[in-house]
Amino acid sequence: MIRDLLAKLASVAIMMFARALTAARALWHESGLPPRQSVYFANHSSHGDFILIWAVLPPWLRQRARPVAGAEYWLKSKLTSFIGRDVFNAVLIERDPAARTSDPVEQMASALDEGASLIVFPEGTRNQTEAKLLPFKSGLYHLARKRPDVALVPVWINNLNRVMPKGEFVPIPLICTINFGEPLKVEPDESKEDFIARAQAALLSLAPAQTDNDA
Amino acid sequence: MSTTTSDMVTLLLGVGGILLFASSVGYVLQRKLSPDGSNGAIENLNARIKAWWAMVFLIAIAFIAGRVGVLLLFAFCSFAALREFITLINTRRADHWAIAAAFFLALPINYYLLWAEEYGIYAIFIPVYAFLLMPIIAVLRGDTQNFLLRISEVQWALMICVFCASHVPALLTLQIPGYEGRNVLLIAFLVIVVQSSDVLQYVWGKLFGRTKIAPKLSPSKTVEGFVGGVASATLLGTSLWWITPFTPLQAGVMSLIITLMGFFGGLVMSAIKRDRGVKDWGHLIEGHGGLIDRLDSVVFSAPIFFHLTRYWWSLT
Repeated sequence: MIRDLLAKLASVAIMMFARALTAARALWHESGLPPRQSVYFANHSSHGDFILIWAVLPPWLRQRARPVAGAEYWLKSKLTSFIGRDVFNAVLIERDPAARTSDPVEQMASALDEGASLIVFPEGTRNQTEAKLLPFKSGLYHLARKRPDVALVPVWINNLNRVMPKGEFVPIPLICTINFGEPLKVEPDESKEDFIARAQAALLSLAPAQTDNDA
Repeated sequence: MSTTTSDMVTLLLGVGGILLFASSVGYVLQRKLSPDGSNGAIENLNARIKAWWAMVFLIAIAFIAGRVGVLLLFAFCSFAALREFITLINTRRADHWAIAAAFFLALPINYYLLWAEEYGIYAIFIPVYAFLLMPIIAVLRGDTQNFLLRISEVQWALMICVFCASHVPALLTLQIPGYEGRNVLLIAFLVIVVQSSDVLQYVWGKLFGRTKIAPKLSPSKTVEGFVGGVASATLLGTSLWWITPFTPLQAGVMSLIITLMGFFGGLVMSAIKRDRGVKDWGHLIEGHGGLIDRLDSVVFSAPIFFHLTRYWWSLT
């Protein structure tokens, strides 16, 4: 009871903080808001990524959005597990195949069956390189095959990597935009490689033209 | 009611009246020309007028709250402007601490010094201390690529968004004989003259604009808009001499300087936007773009207005 209340308070506080810092602004695709149930797949450069997507979604979409995150990171301490489990209701998956007790794709599919939307980062880890996007892992494809009716929405998060680069602990205020693309689905006879290439291209097309910010 | 308060009420009623008039014109235009919301220019005009109501409301609240209210309002403006500015410049990971220091040290210290009325330190804190310390913080990370460009841009951002912008509330620290307790009206004078100049240039330009004045920098600015706007805003400023320590002639000269600085400030900030390839600095104010889009002319005129007034009228 108290834990629920604290979680509610924490979620409001985190959202207000993220908004005050980044003036986060969503740019929706011309076809309108994403479907009620979606799998949002985004580029990953910061621990704050899913918070920003979650914060700019309208309340009725936000309520059902659950981030998919690495269990070993979020279960590390009491605080992170409170934030991961209670505040954001994350679907915690084991990234190391050797340590797995359950199949991540199965976990995600059952969360979808319960009506949740998912926020996933198909690069698998935070991108610390100069490349815009790391090659996708295959989880997104397997999930799409398992639940082919759920819309997959590409989401490009712009600038958050500059707000808090890896290894820094003081965030700097910069304006972030979150660019939602056109929902896509896996075609019945599409191969894994084709689908992954299409999903990567859909996400990359949302990125702003290369500026000399990272020159 | 003190004369300062009654003058303030008169000003607010005047501004409110003008906004009411603008809103009615906007309403009629919308009914006639854009009933389905399809005329972009009119929708933008109405968004701007609405935003003006909100901005006037905010400024009025800050004035009622007094010195601390005004300082907090401008500290927030500096924060939002600096965030827009830094978003657009070249930064590398090695600049992280320097930028964090700009936001979380330089900005609050600058406004704290104004609050404490430490004018001597305030006047050199960003131009001297921050100017020397920020590149030191950046250089310790050892990344030399684009180094001069990076440190210059961060310093420029601080000067414009924090130091120059804070000269509006700095008007409160002046001590002008016979004008005690009325300094907040100097802020009102500056803001009314600069902003009305922007609005009047827009109106004159829309009505009579033919000849582009700076096509490369700002395609919407015209000679007719510039001359008409500056002249009418100068007249307006002259007619407001009774809220200032100036004579009507002095108020007119001050208004002319303010409007010219504001105009050229707008051009400078537009050149930066063009160089960075954006149309607006941000999206904070509906219809206007970012905060800097609204603040650019104030930022350029405030320090000059402050120093002219300080040099000729103030004891401090």
